[in-house]
Amino acid sequence: MGAAFKETKLPADAPAGHKALAWVDDRFPLSKLWNDQWGKYYAPKNFNIWYLFGSLAMLILVLQIVTGIFLTMHYKPDAALAFNSVELTIMRDVPWGWLVRYMHSTGASAFFIVVYLHMTRGLLYGSYRKPRELIWVFGFAIFLCLMAEAFFGYLLPWGQMSYWGAQVIVNLFGAIPVIGPDLSLWIRGDYVVSDATLNRFFAFHVIALPLVLLGLVAAHLIALHEVGSNNPDGIEVKDHIGPDGHPLDAIPSHPYYTTKDLFGVSMFLLIFTAVIFYAPEMGGYFLEYNNFVPANSMQTPAHIAPTWYFTPFYSVLRATTADFMYVLMAAIALYVVFVWFKSRLSFKAKAAVAAIALVLIIGMLPQVLDAKFWGVVLFGSSVVIIGLLPWLDHSPVRSIRYRPNWHMWVYVLFGLSFVALGYLGTQLPTPAYTLISQVCTLLYFSFFLLMPWWSAAGRFKPVPTRVTFHPH
Amino acid sequence: MNFTKKLIAVLALVPGLVFANEGGFPLDRAPERSDMASLQNGAKLFVNHCLNCHSASAMRYNKLRDIGLTDEQIKSNLLFSADKVGEVMKTAMRPEDAKAWFGAAPPDLSVIARAKSSSAGSGADYLYTYLRTFYKDDTRPTGWNNMVMPNVAMPHVLWQMQGVRTPKMVEESDPHDHSKKIHTFTGWEQVSPGSMSATDFDTATADLVAYLSWMAEPAQGTRKKLGAIVLIFLSIFAFLAWRLNESYWKELK
Repeated sequence: MGAAFKETKLPADAPAGHKALAWVDDRFPLSKLWNDQWGKYYAPKNFNIWYLFGSLAMLILVLQIVTGIFLTMHYKPDAALAFNSVELTIMRDVPWGWLVRYMHSTGASAFFIVVYLHMTRGLLYGSYRKPRELIWVFGFAIFLCLMAEAFFGYLLPWGQMSYWGAQVIVNLFGAIPVIGPDLSLWIRGDYVVSDATLNRFFAFHVIALPLVLLGLVAAHLIALHEVGSNNPDGIEVKDHIGPDGHPLDAIPSHPYYTTKDLFGVSMFLLIFTAVIFYAPEMGGYFLEYNNFVPANSMQTPAHIAPTWYFTPFYSVLRATTADFMYVLMAAIALYVVFVWFKSRLSFKAKAAVAAIALVLIIGMLPQVLDAKFWGVVLFGSSVVIIGLLPWLDHSPVRSIRYRPNWHMWVYVLFGLSFVALGYLGTQLPTPAYTLISQVCTLLYFSFFLLMPWWSAAGRFKPVPTRVTFHPH
Repeated sequence: MNFTKKLIAVLALVPGLVFANEGGFPLDRAPERSDMASLQNGAKLFVNHCLNCHSASAMRYNKLRDIGLTDEQIKSNLLFSADKVGEVMKTAMRPEDAKAWFGAAPPDLSVIARAKSSSAGSGADYLYTYLRTFYKDDTRPTGWNNMVMPNVAMPHVLWQMQGVRTPKMVEESDPHDHSKKIHTFTGWEQVSPGSMSATDFDTATADLVAYLSWMAEPAQGTRKKLGAIVLIFLSIFAFLAWRLNESYWKELK
């Protein structure tokens, strides 16, 4: 039992707003919530442009939900009606329907751009390092959820690319041994993507995943405001507390980051609306041209490519050809040798790594499991491995600012591989493209799997005790 | 190792790959004709020539008001396949019949100008080139073939305007493989004249394509006009947000 309830007494001539707030605060921690989460949340004062993308992601989430509600009012999740409920009803009949639709379709791509930049920030400044592992894990779960949300939503316009993209991805589950074919049948609700699939994808897109997404965003923010923000110097501002009990190098989010984020929002909206009003198709990347052809189960398009934000991972899937399996087997064997001689793991752990590697190599033999299955495994691993960053990075400093200069080139190489995979995923595969994507796949995984060693190697620069700040 | 060799070979090829040609018949640029008279002429051509076999199920007749036509004009001049101006543009032909006669059901044309965009050119470029490159080919069931979409099921609907043409082809040996022959297109031969001159036919096709582009997204005019206002508004907002932010941050040392 807490203390007995006591009504806050304000003078009779206090403003009505104050009285109302006091009445609410006695019954619900409204002021406390605001102050803990934003108003008196002290954040390092040296945030740079990279720190705008979190609030922008939040803005886009709200935009997607609001535009989504209006689209749901006019959209028909029915295979016979879906295409024209978008192209006739929403794009022509509903006043401003086209604008809401373009906001939503452009918003989907903008969401991924902003989230990829937000994740890059975390990578550059080591924002996932202890004690912020859970912030990263929740953020990673948001990313997974977003991918699922985008995938389900992309089926809804019921164009050729919607249809065949869904067909290809659902078929991936069919590569899982034993349960695969039944599993993909269960997901589709039919033998091919059909009305049944459209209905369930609609349900996932408009209610199931948004609910999970909102919960995860709340967890992400609560965890962040519990341990406090990292900053571009990667040092703890809480190590230097001022006489007021707040970190010397931190400032309250309100008003300083309220105004800074507002400026960020204005810059973002300039670019975002320029796309909506002048390039809603974005050269076929945001709205794919083939998706203006209604879904046709009898006509497979010559070129099926997922939307751009999935293509880096999709490229990993396509890179896994039967020939490439031997390269993978060699790479795994090499990795075991490397772990055996270079890591400080116990003998038991090393033996476990070797045993797992042996199982993988045997599994990769063409007589055991085919390349399609391993393609799916690698596709999944290329996403999941991002979530393991907090435990892969062994650098003694967090921020790239105080790492050896050559670390930057490792990040650049990784970034280039990721972008190259993304580009190749949008193109028709040719033998040359497949080979480049195989090289990039190896670079992509090496970045993560060798991180425990390269991140700790080299001469690190002295880390300052106070943040680098240039007054305006 | 084989893999390394392949890698070196590929890296040597990279500059060539980047500039590799898309292949296919090169597309002509569709002339920009978005004035009301062109769009209205395009609408007339569309209703008279395309709507017999194709539908435009996302297009209501009364949407034509946006290109300056009145309900009366629509009703008396353009309304062949429907009773009310609020109805969508359907075709009189049943899809099953179409499939039987042409081998493929003619696609709905509502958003065809958007669907045909590619890295080779805009959807308008595609349609403008496609509609002007039909030629006589007696090996085809319809007697017609097309440069942009070889062996297309559609006959040359506008042949009376354009007349009958055949392509002039030159046979050369393949510079990469001398045992093979390649055929290069060098120009057109007019077999019999049409009711229009070549220039007039190009203009008429451009009007039809302008209409198809407009129909694919009737809001595009509003979209571009409104965009300018929104961007000006946001620029002012961005300026104010910037000054507001500076005024708070300058007190921080």
